[in-house]
Amino acid sequence: MSTTAQETTQTKPEDSRGLSQGQIVRKRFFGHTAAVASLVIFFGVVILAFTSVGYAGIPGWWKWNYIETPPLANPTGAPTWKLPFDFGDHPFGQDRVGRDLFAMTMRGAQLSLIVMFLIGLVGGIIGVVIGGVSGYFRGWVEAVLMRLTDVIIIIPLVIIAAVLGTFGNSISGPGTFFGAIFGGSAGVILLGVFVGFIIWTGLARLVRGEFLSLREREFVDAARIAGASNTRIIFKHIVPNAVGVIIVNTTLVMASAILLETALSFLGLGVRAPDISLGSLISANQAAFSTRPWLFWWPGLFIVIICLSINFIGDGLRDAFDPRQKKFNAKKAAEPRKPA
Amino acid sequence: MLTYIVRRLIAAVLILFGASFLVYILTAYSGDPLADLRQSNAPNREQLIQQRIDLLDLDVPPILRYFSWLSGAIRCVVPFALTCDLGNSVTGIEVTQLLGRAMGQTIMLVTAATILAIVIGITLGIVTALRQYSGLDYGVTFMAFLFFSLPVFWVAVLLKEFGAIGFNNFLSDPDISFFTTMTCGLLGAFLFYLSTSGALKRRLMWAAIGFAFAFALTWFLDFTGWFLTPGFGPIVVALLSVGIAYGVTLLTAGLKNRKALYSALAVVGIGMIAYFAVQPLLDRATLLMVLLLGIATVLIGLAVGYFMGGYDKRQNMNAAALTAFLMGFLILLDRFMQAWPAYFNNNRVNGRPIATIGASTPNLSGDFWVRGLDTYTHLLLPTIALMLISLAGYSRYSRASMLEIMNQDYIRTARAKGLGERTVVMRHAFRNALIPLATLVAFDIGALIGGAIITEQVFAFSGMGQLFVQALQRQDLNPVMGVFLITGIVALVFNLVADLVYSVLDPRVRVKA
Repeated sequence: MSTTAQETTQTKPEDSRGLSQGQIVRKRFFGHTAAVASLVIFFGVVILAFTSVGYAGIPGWWKWNYIETPPLANPTGAPTWKLPFDFGDHPFGQDRVGRDLFAMTMRGAQLSLIVMFLIGLVGGIIGVVIGGVSGYFRGWVEAVLMRLTDVIIIIPLVIIAAVLGTFGNSISGPGTFFGAIFGGSAGVILLGVFVGFIIWTGLARLVRGEFLSLREREFVDAARIAGASNTRIIFKHIVPNAVGVIIVNTTLVMASAILLETALSFLGLGVRAPDISLGSLISANQAAFSTRPWLFWWPGLFIVIICLSINFIGDGLRDAFDPRQKKFNAKKAAEPRKPA
Repeated sequence: MLTYIVRRLIAAVLILFGASFLVYILTAYSGDPLADLRQSNAPNREQLIQQRIDLLDLDVPPILRYFSWLSGAIRCVVPFALTCDLGNSVTGIEVTQLLGRAMGQTIMLVTAATILAIVIGITLGIVTALRQYSGLDYGVTFMAFLFFSLPVFWVAVLLKEFGAIGFNNFLSDPDISFFTTMTCGLLGAFLFYLSTSGALKRRLMWAAIGFAFAFALTWFLDFTGWFLTPGFGPIVVALLSVGIAYGVTLLTAGLKNRKALYSALAVVGIGMIAYFAVQPLLDRATLLMVLLLGIATVLIGLAVGYFMGGYDKRQNMNAAALTAFLMGFLILLDRFMQAWPAYFNNNRVNGRPIATIGASTPNLSGDFWVRGLDTYTHLLLPTIALMLISLAGYSRYSRASMLEIMNQDYIRTARAKGLGERTVVMRHAFRNALIPLATLVAFDIGALIGGAIITEQVFAFSGMGQLFVQALQRQDLNPVMGVFLITGIVALVFNLVADLVYSVLDPRVRVKA
């Protein structure tokens, strides 16, 4: 018995040193090479997108913006980027009228990122609140909220986007309340918020499941007997235990949100002209693939980079938060049975 | 159980009411269905507008119109009511008719993609779980994440460019350069290296075999002009079938079970006789005939397994039936390939077989095989696009599920009592790993009936998704509601099915009565 105990302490130093949950998670996350690399790449893209062409009136360091039409540097507008470091005037190339593709891609990435964050934020908050409330209080509250979730799940997202397209201008155009607050990007912000209102359903179900199992645990009973209020039990006892599920799944919602936004924009129902998103750039240029392939490659590449890095971050977070993570070694398991 | 199902169904009906009301009102207020007529310059404009108002009852406010739509729609859901009425589209076509056509196209599009994604995805997931943290695992994991992150419209356009236009150009002059042959060889070496395990020397040896195999295959295909006149011929069919027989037996019964192996091999022998016997029959094939032959093949396999006897007939029967089915598929494939030159040189196709739009070549004349090939060449690219995206999800889920199972105590017990690795994996782990996937599959099928909106758009496939989006853009309310009704019902039903299947497969899960 004593040897086993000794071995356990030797092989699991992180338990014996009494690290907090946050420290363990952080340590595990930063031990995940792909996730850390993805985090760096993701922030690199965010910084590049927002500093290069500037945002909300603040000028960026790049010489063109996404509306200007300078003369074509190459006859077809081909990229001037010569490997490795000679960028030229238009490293990603130009479109038919001469707009700089780098500036357009950066602007598109900005809007796609904003929509993505809004969807994650709004969807995350609604999902956690509805899932948490229905999981904790159960009874008729749960029945009503879960039927509401079922209703929302089967409403196609495309309809919401189409409705938004019709009313969007009257709500967020110049001279209206939203238009006055958010300026030019009001339409984009509205899109993010509305899609967030629809996309929370999966998260709500997961959070509800987590709350259902956590509320039956002994520490919740103990807190209740000690006289803690519902608010205190939820925020001090249950949420910290469910935080892994919440963070991981919100990250994954954001990864699917960027694909969703670009897909909607591709259909002409998301970010609309004159604004550009990565999806609408591809949609506008798909017919020109044989003549100007760069117009098609760069925006797509940025979608893939953003989505891939978020997926890897989510995967790293999942590994970091999951306490049951054990390494199953198939080789070791099979080894003793091999004939000597 | 029955009360549970009834309760769920009642809840589903209420959910459908709520959601359909919301969708109806949202769509009705999202635009003006008369917009195109108001802008037209036709001399009888007023009359056309009045006609459409009469057709669609546009003078009734949407909230009341919803109930008149509902009274028609209820007749579709209640069984044995013959007058199903989902209203008309703006052009005056009945929605039920539109839906029927679109549904056929969508089912054709998503069936192959779903089945392939499930089979390949689960296989990859299980294999990577068994070789966790190997090169293969990392490679497949990265690819899965990459496919997960690819926007489907981007992939679809790329496939059109390289898969269709590029491949068609290649077919007009099918000559593989030495460089390409070399690349294929290296690719083969790489794949073999990744998928083998053990010492470096052993893996390098396998990589060399892989290189030789891929190099020789590519060279042979090029040398014999296989791309213009493809086909297996009886020898390759026989060799592949024997390989299949060994592989299937290995997986289902283990090679030590001689009875199972012999039944599988016997089926291959019967299959080879059948291969020559049915060729003249296949020249006059119809779909029904092919289906009947398929059923007969499986039955023969089962019979062979049964009469082989032994202590465990079921294993023989499984191995033999599976071998028979796969071999029948090979023979079918071979027959399709024989029809390739006829299709390729058809004047409607003109040597550019891989299509980028639509579901079939218009005015194509030909027998069963040529028309079949036409369908495949049209389905090929959208199927690949759809498959790549959902494959990633399946491989991730099955990997996670398999890893969890392999850590269970009963797996250790199975090993401890001396079961072979094959039995542990195939009998104990694999079956249990599939349980959580059953729910995923049910959900996915439910979602896919709604159509793959973007894939259909890029490949100009007139399925459900296309019908939905086009109707929405034209403010055409009734088709939108028709598609919504079908997808909503299918989603709710498959939701229920998923829960029931789960409780059947996993006795620990009990549905609340």
